[in-house]
Amino acid sequence: MTNWMRDPTAETSAVKRARRVPPKSLEGLTVGLFDIGKTRTPEFLDRVEQRFKERGLKTYRCGKPTNAKVATTENLQKISSEVDVILIGLSD
Amino acid sequence: MAERLEAKHKGGTLVSRKIEYSDTSDPMEVCYQRGWTDGLPVTPPTDERVLEMLKGTRRRADEVVGKIPPYLGTCTVEKVAINAVLAGCKPEYMPVLLAALEAALEPVFTLHGVLATTYFSSPIIIVNGPIARAIGMNSGLNVLGQGNRANATIGRALNLIVQNVGGGRPGEADRSTLGAPSKYTLCFAEDESDPEWEPLSVARGFPRGVSTVTLFQGHGPEAIVDQKTRTAEGLTRSIASSLVKMGHPKLVQSARAVLVLTPEHYAIYKESGWDRKKIERALYEATIRPGREILAGADGVGEGVPASRAEEMVPKFHDDGLMVVRAGGPAGLFSAVLPGWLAGRNKLELQPVTKEIKT
Repeated sequence: MTNWMRDPTAETSAVKRARRVPPKSLEGLTVGLFDIGKTRTPEFLDRVEQRFKERGLKTYRCGKPTNAKVATTENLQKISSEVDVILIGLSD
Repeated sequence: MAERLEAKHKGGTLVSRKIEYSDTSDPMEVCYQRGWTDGLPVTPPTDERVLEMLKGTRRRADEVVGKIPPYLGTCTVEKVAINAVLAGCKPEYMPVLLAALEAALEPVFTLHGVLATTYFSSPIIIVNGPIARAIGMNSGLNVLGQGNRANATIGRALNLIVQNVGGGRPGEADRSTLGAPSKYTLCFAEDESDPEWEPLSVARGFPRGVSTVTLFQGHGPEAIVDQKTRTAEGLTRSIASSLVKMGHPKLVQSARAVLVLTPEHYAIYKESGWDRKKIERALYEATIRPGREILAGADGVGEGVPASRAEEMVPKFHDDGLMVVRAGGPAGLFSAVLPGWLAGRNKLELQPVTKEIKT
């Protein structure tokens, strides 16, 4: 005999998307530096930005106001229109 | 038998996917294999049990309560009921659980962050009003511990909803470095037996006699011991000396806290005529320290305030960052702090949420 229970999950299944192939070179690309809103992230990203600039790369500072909340879709869409690659800054 | 017949005939009203298992399988093991538990055994959500659970609310089973972080799974009342069965709830707990879930989904509660943080936090549920007694919640002896079904299972059900419907699994989206036992469950009722005491719900804007849940992002408890002080002023300074150590003695204005004030400590305040407002204000003021005493870098300790704040008087908490809740057994000159999530640097970004429980 077969019995059943009810599924407690949202019954969604993950869609696997292939990752974009990383660029062979950053030359000519805009590198986004994303501040997730932790206290010392700007310090960390300042150092990283300095390194990128020393290599003649173009950077774009962006982020979200607090690590307590996720970035809004509008914010992510705006950033994706401004940058080619992005580095997310975790720091504390 | 009546439940079986009802399930046979009404089971068709449930729309959640059926997970089949054979007579030779242990349904509790099936729940483990499916990843539906928090590590402790769960009650298998059969049609009979889910239908019975749904009798605890007048809301329609297909009503959407919200989208649950981190993966924004859609949560209906039926899904709440299924997870309530898993957790071991009784049907009469459903209104409390539904109110707790709605509170957790308020943007200012920041449930996604609470789940995903490396810190210890999870939702802590504090229940006020007549429903607490009606469903047999504990506000007394061992209130923050084991043994009471409503306390244990309502908190557990909320965490299971986040895990099962939201997909927030430990080690995956839940990135807590150490976790905490309170991530299984931490749910309790306030002791409202003293009519002179202003319940938390009233302090947060609800009329007396209205049942509420207050959700707080925290963990714990951590002990606060003072068995010798007998004055309100002295006890305030004593409790404050423990509160300033929360997280780290030099960490300030980063987290809120719940002070669980036990009857014997409360009696000292009551004898001096202190009410909630006076206790909370006095504790806030007693946790203000000269910046020069908590400077970053002193004694090689990196934590602390910058040198620019050396001449300031620096509070441990934001001015609304401390909530007192009365609870606990009649004997024992100990209170406890439930430390809040460290992400509360900006007090407006992250706040406790109180909701009315509608039966």
